[in-house]
Amino acid sequence: MLAWLLEPWPWYVSGPMIGLTVPLLLLLTGKNLGISSSLRHIAAACNPRTRLPYLTQEYNWRDHSWNLIFVAGVIIGAFIGNFLLSTEPVTFLPPQYATLPGMVVLFVGGILIGFGTRYADGCTSGHTIMGISALSLSSLIATVFFFVGGLLATWLILPWLLPLLGLG
Amino acid sequence: MRNRLLTLLVGIYFGLVLVKSQVVSWYQIREMFLFNDPYMYLVITSAIAVGVVSVFLIRRWRPRTIEGEVIEIKQKPLHRGMVIGGILFGMGWAITGTCPGPIYAQIGSGSLVTFVTFLGALTGIYLYAYLYPRLPHTWFGRLRTSPVSSS
Repeated sequence: MLAWLLEPWPWYVSGPMIGLTVPLLLLLTGKNLGISSSLRHIAAACNPRTRLPYLTQEYNWRDHSWNLIFVAGVIIGAFIGNFLLSTEPVTFLPPQYATLPGMVVLFVGGILIGFGTRYADGCTSGHTIMGISALSLSSLIATVFFFVGGLLATWLILPWLLPLLGLG
Repeated sequence: MRNRLLTLLVGIYFGLVLVKSQVVSWYQIREMFLFNDPYMYLVITSAIAVGVVSVFLIRRWRPRTIEGEVIEIKQKPLHRGMVIGGILFGMGWAITGTCPGPIYAQIGSGSLVTFVTFLGALTGIYLYAYLYPRLPHTWFGRLRTSPVSSS
């Protein structure tokens, strides 16, 4: 049992367990699963004097502080999963990303993630898992275009970008 | 207070599962978009299947939270951001091999370089916040008032 726990989990364990986050969060806290809005709350909290309407008008990040607590949990849970419940730590990123050009790529990609998830009003958690589970049309459309963007980048941009990093 | 503790616990559960399922790995995301490995598609599909059944049952039985609150399941209004923002996020997803959940999970797992992705994402938020008044939040062609939800 313990040996099995320490291995990477098969899809038929990990997939349903990710899906179970939806009812767990709803039944225990009444909240809809979502992660990317935390970036907005952090941006607003770090800039209390901003006049940008998206971060001020009709919006107080403190009303959404549960989301930041949830994120803190994700960080702790990932720490436990990687350091206490794995025989060998998971490799997350190729080492080539830990170079200056690699970090430029991560930064630009991060901008796309931040901007894109806010314009799309959700990410793979809020739309793909939570939204589709709620049979929401907007979440289904968003998810389709997440994959359109991902495939475009994978097949058109990464073939010349990754060799610049010495990858692939 | 109990609500906060429960939120933290479900967050810990989610972070743990993200790591143990390896969906936080750049390599898994790459294999998915290259169609080399069905693993991620099976994970996502089975996660959605469990989610769909759960939400269906919650809608039917209308249980309350353990604090006795009514459970509200939100739907986000459709606008063209789901298309344009969706494509941009998808590109960032493939380029960095991370989406927002895994950004936090990678940082928690000690992948310090992911902090750069996080700073980029915050920059993207400010960019969106700056452009927000000028960005169209309607569906194509038809005028439709759809306030951006702030869930």
